[in-house]
Amino acid sequence: MAAACALSPLVYLLVRTSEVGLDGVADTLLRERLAGWTAASAVLVAAVVLTCLVAGTLTAWLLAATRLPGRRLWLVASALPLAVPSYVAAFSWLDTLPGLQGFWPTWAVLSAACLPYVVLPTTAALRGADLTLVEVARAAGEGPVRAWRRGLVPQVLPAAAAGALLAGLYALADFGTPALMRHEVLPFAIQRQYGSFLGRERAALLALVLVAMALLMVLLERRARGNAQRWSTGTGARRALRPVALGAWAVPAMLLVALPVVVGAVWPVVGLFRRLALGTRRMLDLRELLDAVVATAAVSVAAGTAALLLAGFVGTLAARHGGRLVGTLESASFAGHALPGIVVGLSLVYLSLRVVPGLYQSVAVLAFAYVVLFLPKAVGSVRTSVAAVPPVLAQVAGTLGRSRARAGLVTARLALPGVTAGFLLVVVTAMKELPATLLLRPSGLDTLATEMWSRTSSAAQGAAAPYALALVLLASVPAFLLTRPTSWDAR
Amino acid sequence: MLPRLVRSTPSSRARLGVLLTTLVALGTLTACGSDAEEGDGGTAAGSQEPLVVYVGRDEELVGPLLDQFTEETGIEVDARYAGTTDHLALLLEEGDQTPADVFLSQDAGALGALSATGAARELPAEITDAVMADFTSSDDTWVGVTGRARVIAYNGETLEESQVPTTVDAVTDEEWRGRVGVAPGNASFQAFVTGFRAAEGDDAAAAWLEALAANEPQTFEGNSDVLEAIENGVVDLGLINHYYAYQLAGEVGEGNVATELVFPEAGDPGALVNVTGAAVLSDHPDAEEFVAYLVSEEGQRYFVESTFEYPLVEGIEAPEGLPALADLEGPVEDLADLADLETSIALIDEAGLS
Repeated sequence: MAAACALSPLVYLLVRTSEVGLDGVADTLLRERLAGWTAASAVLVAAVVLTCLVAGTLTAWLLAATRLPGRRLWLVASALPLAVPSYVAAFSWLDTLPGLQGFWPTWAVLSAACLPYVVLPTTAALRGADLTLVEVARAAGEGPVRAWRRGLVPQVLPAAAAGALLAGLYALADFGTPALMRHEVLPFAIQRQYGSFLGRERAALLALVLVAMALLMVLLERRARGNAQRWSTGTGARRALRPVALGAWAVPAMLLVALPVVVGAVWPVVGLFRRLALGTRRMLDLRELLDAVVATAAVSVAAGTAALLLAGFVGTLAARHGGRLVGTLESASFAGHALPGIVVGLSLVYLSLRVVPGLYQSVAVLAFAYVVLFLPKAVGSVRTSVAAVPPVLAQVAGTLGRSRARAGLVTARLALPGVTAGFLLVVVTAMKELPATLLLRPSGLDTLATEMWSRTSSAAQGAAAPYALALVLLASVPAFLLTRPTSWDAR
Repeated sequence: MLPRLVRSTPSSRARLGVLLTTLVALGTLTACGSDAEEGDGGTAAGSQEPLVVYVGRDEELVGPLLDQFTEETGIEVDARYAGTTDHLALLLEEGDQTPADVFLSQDAGALGALSATGAARELPAEITDAVMADFTSSDDTWVGVTGRARVIAYNGETLEESQVPTTVDAVTDEEWRGRVGVAPGNASFQAFVTGFRAAEGDDAAAAWLEALAANEPQTFEGNSDVLEAIENGVVDLGLINHYYAYQLAGEVGEGNVATELVFPEAGDPGALVNVTGAAVLSDHPDAEEFVAYLVSEEGQRYFVESTFEYPLVEGIEAPEGLPALADLEGPVEDLADLADLETSIALIDEAGLS
C-alpha cells in the first residue's frame, strides 16, 4: 500500500512518457538541452547537500557540544527557515535586491531553507551520543582519531545523512526558487513544458529524470548509513559529550549559526513587513485569513497523520528487516519527494479519476497527494528511531504473553519521539505546499499558500503579505516543536 | 532496561494524548465545516448543481464579477482558481471526466489548444456575434472577453517619449544594449513571438530573437517583474502588456509610477493584441448564460473599470488614455494560431533567452 502510494506518480509518468514522439522541432531541442538541465540540477543539489552537511553538522556541534552563548535560543532560531516557504524567501530577496539571479542566489536560499533538516536531527543525535563507546574504542587500542571515528561518528552520521538526503530532495524538486531567480534546472524546464500548452508528455519525461536522480541520492545515503545495527539498551551509564569552551571563536561561531537564519527567515520576514508597510488598496478580511489558517492546519495535520501511518510500516520494516525488497520499498517511498508538486498533482488527477472518481477534488485525494510528496520526511525519522529501540524488548513483551500487535506497541512507544519528529516535518512542509494544492483541493478550501498565491499573481503583492506572515507564524509552531530535544530523542 | 521503560512510558502516553486530542479537535472542526457547506448546498439544491468554472485569472479580479453574476441570476458558481497553463494541463488530464462547465482563460492560445482536443462546445451566435470578429475564435468554440495590447514600457524619469523605440525591431538596436527587460518564459512573451511568427514567418522571428539575445537583455519571470525593474531603474525599457502599468498606478497612486507606455506602430509584429476568453465544456444549462454575461455590457464594463483591459464588445468605451483598439493593427489573423506555442518556445530557447 505504501509502495502503491509512492509509486502512483511513476505509473502516470510512464504512461505519459510513452506518448512522447521525440521527432518534432521541440523534441530535438529537448534532447539537446536535457543534459544541460540535468547537469544544472545535479550541481545545484550537490552544492546544497554539501553545504547542508558541512555547515549543518558544524552548527549542530556548536549547538550540542560547545558553550556557545544562548545555545537554546540559537537552536530555536536555526529551525525558523523551516517555517518560511523557500519561494517566499526568494521573493523577498528579489523584492529588495532585484538583481539576484542565477546559481549563487538560488544556492544560498535553498541551502538556508534546507539547513534545519540536518541541524535539528544532528543536534539531537549529538546530544544523545554516548561517549562510552569512544572510551571502549580507546581501551581496545584505537588511537584518538580512530576512536572518535568508530565510537562517535556512527552515532551521528545516520541522522546527518538522512537530513542531507531530505535537503537534497527538496533542492531537486523545488521549482519556485530557481524560477524566481532564473536558474534553469529540471523543475524549471518541466514547468516550461506545461506552459507550452501541449508539452505534458515531455514534462513527464523530464520528471522521470528527476526520479532517477532521486533514487541515486537515496542509494548514496543508504551506503553512507551502512547496514550495521545499533541500538541502545539505556543502562543509565551513558556519558554525554563534555561542552567545549569556544573562547574567541564564539563570535565567528555565532555568525555561522546566524547567517542561514538571516538568509532563510529574518530577511524574508523583514521583506514581508516592508511590503505590508507599502500598503494596498485591498482590505484584509480577517475572517478569510482565519478560515485559511484553520484549513491549512487541518489539511496539514491530516496529511501528517496519514503519512505517519504509512511511514510506520515502511520505517519499521526498514529498521527491522534490511532485505532487498524492503530496501526497494523504502527507496520507492522517496520517489514522490523528488517531483515538483504539479507533477504529483497531475498524476493524482489521472489516477483518482480512474480509480476513485467520486473522491476527485476532495480532501482525501489532497491529503493523499501530500503523503506521496512528503512520505520520506516521516520514513527517515521513523526508521532511525525504531532502529534505536532494541528489538529484544518487543520479544520480551511477547514471551510475557502479549499479542504481537501489543508487543509492537512497546517499540512504538519508545520510538514515539522520533515518530513525532516525522509527523511534524510532514505537517510543516504540507502547510507550505502550493502547486498540488491548487489542482486537487476541494472548491472553497483555501489554504494560506493558495490565498497568498492568489494575491501575488496580480499587482496586489501587499495584500499577500498578511497571508505569508500568517503562514510563517503557523509553520513556526511545528518548527519550534521540532527543536525540543524530546522530538528527536531517538536513542 | 527497566528503568528506562518506566521513565519514558508516562511521558510518551501524555504526548500521544495531546496528539490525539488535537486530531480529534481538528476532525470535529473540519466536520463542522463540511456540515455547514452541505447546509448551504441544501438551500440551493432545489435548482441545479452549481456551475463549475475553472478560472485562469486572478481571484481578486474575477471574484467580485462572479458574485455580481450570482446576485443577478441566482446561479451558484463554484470557481476554481489556478494559473491558465495549470488549468489547461488539468483539463487535458481530466478529459471528458472534467467537473468544469466553463473555462475562463487568460490567453487565447490556451483556448485554441483546448478547442483542438474537441473539448469545447460550439457557442450560439448571439454570444459570438457580440464580440468584434478579430478578437474571438474563428470556429465559435470560444469567445474573446477582453483584450490586452503588447507595449514598449519605459521609465519616464530617465527617458523622453521621443527617444523610445516604436517598433520591436528598434528595441534590438545597439543603443539599448543591456537596457531592456523581457520575460521570455512568460506566456505573454511567448504569445507575442507566436504572433510574430504568424505575421512574418519563423525565420524572421528567429532572427529577431537572436538580435534581441545578442543585445544582452535582462530577463525576468513575469510582466510585473519587468515592470518593477523599470520602476527601480534596473532596466530602461521593457516589453510587457499594457494594463500592468495601470494596475500599478491603481495600487500605489498614479503620481508614484515612473513607467510610461509606447504602443508599437500599426502593423508592427510587436503590436499583438491577445485576448482573455471563455469556453463552454459541458451541457450545464447555465454555462452559456454565464459566458453571455461576460460579454454583456455589464460584464464588459466591469473588466474595463477594474483591469484597464480593452472591452471587445462594440459601443463600450475603452479605458481612458488608451489608443482605440481598431488602431492597434496586430499581426495575427486568427487568435487560435496562438496555440502553436511549441515552436515559439523552441525558438526562444534556441536564441538563448529563457
